[in-house]
Amino acid sequence: MGSEVTTGKSVVAPATTRPTSKIASRRQRWGYVYVAPFAIVFAVFLVLPLGYALWMSLHNKGIATAGRNVFVGADNYVKAFTDPVFLEGLWRVLRFVLVMVPVQILVALVAALLLDTLATRLSRVSRLLIFVPYAIPAVIGALMWGFLYSPRFGPAQELFGLVGLTAPNFLSSANIFGSLVNIVTWQWVGYYMIIIYAALRSIDPSIYEAAVLDGADRRQIALRIKVPMISSSMVMIVVFALIGTLQFFTEPQVLRSSAMGAIPTDYTPNMYAFATAFNYSQFNYASTLAFSLGFLVFVGSYLFLFLTRKQSGLK
Amino acid sequence: MRTSARRRGVAAAAAMAVSAVGLAACSGGGGGAEAATCTNEIKQPDATQVTVWAWYPSFETIVDHFNETHTDLQVCWTNAGQGADEYNKFQTAIEAGTGAPDVIMLEAEVIPTFTILDSLVDLSEYGAGELEGDYTPGSWSDVSNGDAVYAIPVDGGPMGMLYRADIFEEHGVDVPTTWDEFATAAQDLRDAGFEGHITDFPTNGNALNYALFAQNGWEPFQYDTAKPTEIGINVDSPEAEEVLGYWKGLIDDDLVATEDAFTTDYNAALVDGTYAVYLAAAWGPGYLQGLSEADADAEWRAAPLPQWDTENPVQVNWGGSTFAVTTQSEQPEAAATVAKELFNTEEAWKLGVEEAALWPQWKPMLESDWFTEREAPFFGGQKINEEVFLEAANGYEGFSFSPFQVYAYDQQTQALYDMVEKDTDAATALSTVQDGLVQYATEQGFTVTE
Repeated sequence: MGSEVTTGKSVVAPATTRPTSKIASRRQRWGYVYVAPFAIVFAVFLVLPLGYALWMSLHNKGIATAGRNVFVGADNYVKAFTDPVFLEGLWRVLRFVLVMVPVQILVALVAALLLDTLATRLSRVSRLLIFVPYAIPAVIGALMWGFLYSPRFGPAQELFGLVGLTAPNFLSSANIFGSLVNIVTWQWVGYYMIIIYAALRSIDPSIYEAAVLDGADRRQIALRIKVPMISSSMVMIVVFALIGTLQFFTEPQVLRSSAMGAIPTDYTPNMYAFATAFNYSQFNYASTLAFSLGFLVFVGSYLFLFLTRKQSGLK
Repeated sequence: MRTSARRRGVAAAAAMAVSAVGLAACSGGGGGAEAATCTNEIKQPDATQVTVWAWYPSFETIVDHFNETHTDLQVCWTNAGQGADEYNKFQTAIEAGTGAPDVIMLEAEVIPTFTILDSLVDLSEYGAGELEGDYTPGSWSDVSNGDAVYAIPVDGGPMGMLYRADIFEEHGVDVPTTWDEFATAAQDLRDAGFEGHITDFPTNGNALNYALFAQNGWEPFQYDTAKPTEIGINVDSPEAEEVLGYWKGLIDDDLVATEDAFTTDYNAALVDGTYAVYLAAAWGPGYLQGLSEADADAEWRAAPLPQWDTENPVQVNWGGSTFAVTTQSEQPEAAATVAKELFNTEEAWKLGVEEAALWPQWKPMLESDWFTEREAPFFGGQKINEEVFLEAANGYEGFSFSPFQVYAYDQQTQALYDMVEKDTDAATALSTVQDGLVQYATEQGFTVTE
């Protein structure tokens, strides 16, 4: 968000101070023409729907009040932030953030550091293999894991049987949290790994030579030089992971078809908003839920960027 | 510099053109009058076209049959998804005010959900009232309210008990006819060394669980579409508690499984000998035959659903669908004709029975010798229609669903799951549902009586 604002300013400022010549104004007119395709699509598909959703969230229409939208001000928001179902969903995604984000980042970081040190053919193949899950659409990935977790069709029973154990039911309410963490980690680690890896490749190797001359070993180079130098990339992927996790939807929604009891329709705030709108036809309250979630995601990411402004180089 | 900018502009314009085409393609199917993209082939291009959403298996043969036998009307069919998927799209179309088809396939249980949104046409204006005698009383009661008719019944789900004769025989257990005998049989099978469960009580069984409760006289909702904002909610009645307590007892003794229904695991368990009994609707035999991994030695037979009181047997229904006309339709009269006539000939119904395994609610077919005397090869040639399901279909008296049925089902699934997982009792589960629904209905503006 921050970077958009600054670039916007730097473009506008010189244009207003410069004396307007004929050529400049004609150029400006062409500028608008070039911007128009984007601006129209942006307005029609983003700004207008958002505005409409905001309007809806400030009105209410019960299913027994026959289609009349009544202005209720912030009532829906008061209801949302005191709605135990919504709050429970928020608390659940927060727990996902606390577990899932560190796990993903750590695995991605270790993989990237290893691949950066090695230069064998095996490392190139591994890099590709770690990345492949990201190329699989999230819905397909979740469906596939649904089969792997299945007590009857999945391989778990046989694998555990080899060492004389019985496999846990991955789709039970006790285990579903870990099962979901596993799917998301599997899917996203490769993507984060590539970002970290690219950042690592852009470090000047002469720094490593200097460190070796100063007597640093490989572990010290990794932890004291590489990691601090890629901190801005790390901040970026944490923000990606944070936003993605707070909006958690696809994986639990898909897995729900084989674990309806363990994953209720209101498992995450996004799923709750979806069910409220499309299953229970309460579009007003669903808009409120979506806006509340959006607001919290914005606040959360802003707060994180503010706290890490030194590492990310935003300051 | 300029060229690259211009090229970018051209690319953007091209992208816009593409997305505009995409939008145009998406907007088809609304209102119905304009030619939409149909899944089927239109036989009479000049005739009035009526758009239909439906998900029956092999429905294209029925549509073709209709289009070949009608010169002034043509059906333009789209499969908009099964059950909840289709309802989601319909809800969205209602909220948007455009995009619904002329005729829509709805399960009887969701009709109040849509009548309260004023989205279904009262078909009595188009002569539907005269058809009452053509349909079974239960199915007609489900689609009508007083003189108002909100849909035309198509197929139904009178319930029976499908069982594995080979498993019962091998373990020397008699096939139960009452629920008491059923519980004893469950124990006897276990004692005789049967490794599976007699059956499954899925916590997400929704309409199945409703039917099992209803068999004991449960009437959870008192709802009259003529007074749409008033509802009586009586979920936690003694009748329901008795039935749910019965199943909870069997679950506690590990005599009945609690696997989720309609998952791939469940489908496999139905046919591979894990369960000795499949409590099923009349569409169940068709469902079973479509499942893979079946036990090759299985000998399936059908019997009437066990009863609570053999003196006063109660017949119940699970599922079944109807055709309704949406208020968004600009040609409700043509749409009503399609809804009435898609399934009103013996030829159409023969296709429906043979290709889609549907159970007709249309009496001329239901009572025909061809239908009643059909032998089911899957059941060793047993005449399952005549012996089991016909009585259930004629005995069904209708059921009153709520105008927020999807929500009610979701609440029930959660409460039953908690009952099994957290080991609470039947009364707690039912009162949780009761309280949740009363609160919800009040919030939605209903006047609730408990």
